[in-house]
Amino acid sequence: MQMSGAQMVCEAIIAEGVKTIFGYPGGAIMHVYDEIYKQTGFEHILNRHEQASVHAADGYARATGDVGVAMVTSGPGFTNAVTGLATAYMDSIPMVVISGQVPSSLIGTDGFQEIDAVGISRPCTKHNFLVRSLEELPRLMKEAFYIARSGRPGPVLIDIPKDITVDIGHFEYPKDVNIPTYKPTYKGNDKQIIKAVNAIKNAKKPLFYIGGGVVLSNASDLVRDIVKKTQIPAVETLMARGVLGASNPRLLGMLGMHGNYSSNMAMSETDLVISLGARFDDRVTGKLSEFAKYAEIIHVDIDASNIGKLVDVDYPIVGDITKVLEVMSPMLDEVDSDRYQEWRDILTRYNELHPQSFVDSDDVIKPQWAIERIGQLVGENAIITSDVGQHQMWAAQHFPFDRPRQWINSGGLGTMGFGFPAALGAKKAHPEKTVINITGDGSILMNVQELVTASEYKIPVINLILNNHFLGMVRQWQTFFYEERYSQTDLTFQPNWKALAESCGGIGYDVTTKEEFDEALKDAIAQDKVCFMNVIVNRFENVLPMVPSGGALFNMILPQEEEDTSKETK
Amino acid sequence: MTNSIKERQVISVIVLNESSVLARITALFAGRGYNIESLTVAPIPDSDMSHITIATNGSTKVMEQITKQLHKLIAVYKVIEHEEMVEKEMILAKFPITEHLSDISALCLAYNGGIVNVGKDMIITMVADEPRRIYHFIEASKRYNPIEIVRSGVVAIER
Repeated sequence: MQMSGAQMVCEAIIAEGVKTIFGYPGGAIMHVYDEIYKQTGFEHILNRHEQASVHAADGYARATGDVGVAMVTSGPGFTNAVTGLATAYMDSIPMVVISGQVPSSLIGTDGFQEIDAVGISRPCTKHNFLVRSLEELPRLMKEAFYIARSGRPGPVLIDIPKDITVDIGHFEYPKDVNIPTYKPTYKGNDKQIIKAVNAIKNAKKPLFYIGGGVVLSNASDLVRDIVKKTQIPAVETLMARGVLGASNPRLLGMLGMHGNYSSNMAMSETDLVISLGARFDDRVTGKLSEFAKYAEIIHVDIDASNIGKLVDVDYPIVGDITKVLEVMSPMLDEVDSDRYQEWRDILTRYNELHPQSFVDSDDVIKPQWAIERIGQLVGENAIITSDVGQHQMWAAQHFPFDRPRQWINSGGLGTMGFGFPAALGAKKAHPEKTVINITGDGSILMNVQELVTASEYKIPVINLILNNHFLGMVRQWQTFFYEERYSQTDLTFQPNWKALAESCGGIGYDVTTKEEFDEALKDAIAQDKVCFMNVIVNRFENVLPMVPSGGALFNMILPQEEEDTSKETK
Repeated sequence: MTNSIKERQVISVIVLNESSVLARITALFAGRGYNIESLTVAPIPDSDMSHITIATNGSTKVMEQITKQLHKLIAVYKVIEHEEMVEKEMILAKFPITEHLSDISALCLAYNGGIVNVGKDMIITMVADEPRRIYHFIEASKRYNPIEIVRSGVVAIER
């Protein structure tokens, strides 16, 4: 069929089954937008900043597991999208970003709104293309989606010069992809799997270390099944919250810098780490030489470059978690789960000694209370997105996540401003769910223009602003490590949140008491409008436990020691 | 961990011969802080692939990461860490015409080369040999006051 390059882009998006895309038009991408105007195959959401478009597509992808799509123009449109690409890249999120480029004849001439998009995005995409001719456009669109979702997923940029969107040619969307240089490994090595199983059977203190790869591989049910069968304790990373479910008796909690006591102690004392789709991030390991010091390590990961990157691995298994666990699971049927009883008892005692806790107050709302309260009032019907900072850690620690993809946050890159647009994407994917962005008075302003988008398209997401009038996490570090010099973290000067939300067509709530909190949340859920819940919380609340940067996991600042420690560091 | 041991390693990277593929390779080395000692690239005859030869160095762990990260690039077909290889490098050197032609000719012959051009003002020679011997040639040639020396970088083939 004869059609323009712009039409081919739309046809490819439709052929990939994408129902919603997010974007912002401009000169170089206008021909494609003209075709978007004419077609009915998918909906386009106009965000008010390109970064938000990419985060929204990212939130959509995280909520569904499908490829998210964003579209931007050349130059500043593209550079605004870079933070979104990097965010998705660090968390391995399948995404295709389509950017306009100046006409082929102008490339390299410093044309208006020209920037080397493939050059800039090379280190923050899984792959990228500059389309050179109309003939290769259908194939490259197909490859972009395939590369984004296969193997270790990631964002792919496809940069299309304007003249190619105008040119007319033959369109046939390829059925298959054949990239001779790209063959991801899905199946694990059987011999290695057998060795790993034997190590599990011989271990006394094994520990499942569950990472975001389990979510990406949709392997949660398999993992739950294996944990139940073996009764081996488990810890989750920030990206894996929800994999086992908060009520799972074998789940110790989250580990790492803000992990709970029993999780971090378990990692410090285990004799066998069973790592599933985790990558030993520095925020998880603390001081590497002390990390799992007494343990052998099984590492299952689809990306071979993750294995042995930071820690030496005894049982490397390259493959898709689902495929590997399908083989491994039956081999663990006859495992004697009693042999780990002593280990479980130790960890239970650790948990009783220092449970994940906070001191509640009747005078002021504690942020942890607010998060637990959402869990009680909304629970499993919620999808929680977050920005980056204290509120993110409190959400990860205190919300009772009970399924994967319920928790959407920027883990690897730590992008403030991610939560609100990601919530829009998640709500578009799951309109029946209550989508709540747990955010702070710092982060929310980084994509606050999305109030307009949410109002225009009637995407009723709740922004729960845990307002401590501080850039809280940086303030916490300043308290602990910089002798309370609060350099540029005091956010006392603030907008009128209620008026801000209302001016953009949303609803605002000012909340200072627990009663107001319950009322506002219930009202917000019942409304079909975007809202800001401005919740004034305890100003100097700290995220605890905390492993000071570069310290060993077992050296945690714990809640009751907080006062002493902060005095010591003065 | 064996991070302290720095060893030289020659790797061949077979890549799709497409635009910006070399940029992907060099950006990877730059972005992750790996060292490039020399780099050569040319198309493989009768194929749509190119052969990149990179001489680099690093600990065993770093070398493992380099190989894995290269593998991860979509345009990379194969990575060969050379162990049993034939390795050669070529040099073009320019000498003043005032130097003794026969001496320079003899020197180049000893290093698997010879004089390739004699002009009004200068003599141009070519030698092709193993990197260690290339180093010796450079040392030996100094007494003939070379005006310019151009090295090709190494190419290698597994035995």
